[in-house]
Amino acid sequence: MSNARNTTVAFEHVSKSFGTKQVLRDVSFDVHAGEALCILGRSGTGKSVTLKLIVSLLKPDQGKIWVEDDEITHLGESELSRVRRKMGFLFQDAALFDSFTVYENLAVPLTRLTSKSPDEVDFIIDRVLRQVGLAGDKKKMPSELSGGMRKRAGLARALVLEPKILLADEPSSGLDRITSSEIDDLLLMQKEQHKTALIVVTHDVRGARRVGDRIVVLDKGRLIADGPFAEIEHSENEVARHLVTE
Amino acid sequence: MTSIFEIAGEVSIFGSRALAGLFQRPFEGEELRRQLAEIGSKSLPLVIASGFALGAVLTLHTRSTLVTFGATAWIPTVQALAFFLEIGPLVTGLLVAGRVGSGIGAVLSNMRATEQIDAIESLSIDSFKYLVVPRVIACTLALPLLTLFLDFSGLLGGFLSEYASSRLSFQLYITRSFSSFEWSNFYAPTLKTAVFGFIIGTISSFLGYTTNEGAQGVGRAATRSVVISSLLIILLDVLLIKFIFFMFPESAL
Repeated sequence: MSNARNTTVAFEHVSKSFGTKQVLRDVSFDVHAGEALCILGRSGTGKSVTLKLIVSLLKPDQGKIWVEDDEITHLGESELSRVRRKMGFLFQDAALFDSFTVYENLAVPLTRLTSKSPDEVDFIIDRVLRQVGLAGDKKKMPSELSGGMRKRAGLARALVLEPKILLADEPSSGLDRITSSEIDDLLLMQKEQHKTALIVVTHDVRGARRVGDRIVVLDKGRLIADGPFAEIEHSENEVARHLVTE
Repeated sequence: MTSIFEIAGEVSIFGSRALAGLFQRPFEGEELRRQLAEIGSKSLPLVIASGFALGAVLTLHTRSTLVTFGATAWIPTVQALAFFLEIGPLVTGLLVAGRVGSGIGAVLSNMRATEQIDAIESLSIDSFKYLVVPRVIACTLALPLLTLFLDFSGLLGGFLSEYASSRLSFQLYITRSFSSFEWSNFYAPTLKTAVFGFIIGTISSFLGYTTNEGAQGVGRAATRSVVISSLLIILLDVLLIKFIFFMFPESAL
């Protein structure tokens, strides 16, 4: 099987439920290389579940999920491992490993998933930390970092394997406007310099407007709008229109 | 009642996976070393201090009883047998269940609540193999060693207490301590603590790793880890004593 639409990530009629609660219903969308897709929606509408389905932390009940040429819903662990190396994941609260320093957090994917020498690992970590503005903080523990610094460190860990796809779950949550804008700048830089496909789940309409080339709006598990910001602002769907209004 | 059996089944499968993980690559040696340091080395001060205090207090109580029968010469023997056969293994098990069990339950449930386990999985690292197996193995290996420390610190506490009362020499104290001692009195009860360690590691890892209650679940997992591990240690202690008597009849005094 192959991904005929030549997309980086594609959802085809995906549904997911937890017990009796249906979280996603027949959701379809796709993302191309170098494109930034922002997923908006009220809390509990399945936005974060969508990201976890892409990285195969969850399996859908129905439908297909494509990551480049791989339909990932039925892949075994070794094949999933290969697919996951194409992706970086910035978790909502960064999900840094508490007992590791910033350096060690970044070293985990490099030492576990590649055969790079210690010198190469050092070089890559220094480069990525400079890129996110944490060059002097690599020996710090996560508990010593501010919210914005934690997000930057989480982003650095997501970028350390140079992913083709970057998934970001609420990158601006808990941050002030200036700091969240700096995180948006880093996401945009990644997209523009490396042609990375971005999929960003957010409540921050201002950030979504800045980062997103396209917006997908979820409501009660259904995809109710998919298109550029300007188009959704004039959508006939009242919920979608309301959600993209700052 | 059904749910108790269901949970018991889930814990058994969880423990079996942890044992099987010991023989599967990658071996996570670095994480095992970290956990041995966390579980073993950092429990040493508590274990040694407890053993020393228990030894001193037990000798004081024993002396006040035996002195009425003119049998104070038996104090070192009673002390050694009590510590190596029962006090050492059981008290070490309960101390480690309190210190380490709660720690493992809290750490793993916090990692679950803060998506650190998801982050590990998203990096294609087997989180069970990386987080659970080293903790279970470290508990299993550390308990017998910690038990020895508690046994000997108990003897030392007992000696100092006895020396303060009777000026008994250290050499004579040790000679009397082990005069009625069989090897099976030493290794069978000490090795049974490996089972206690496996129980502590498995129960606390299970409760922490499988929790899905967010931040509230952290405290709950820590408390449950201590309570359930301690109860199981006490129950298993009875069963294992029967087993030891069956396997080593000479150790039944």
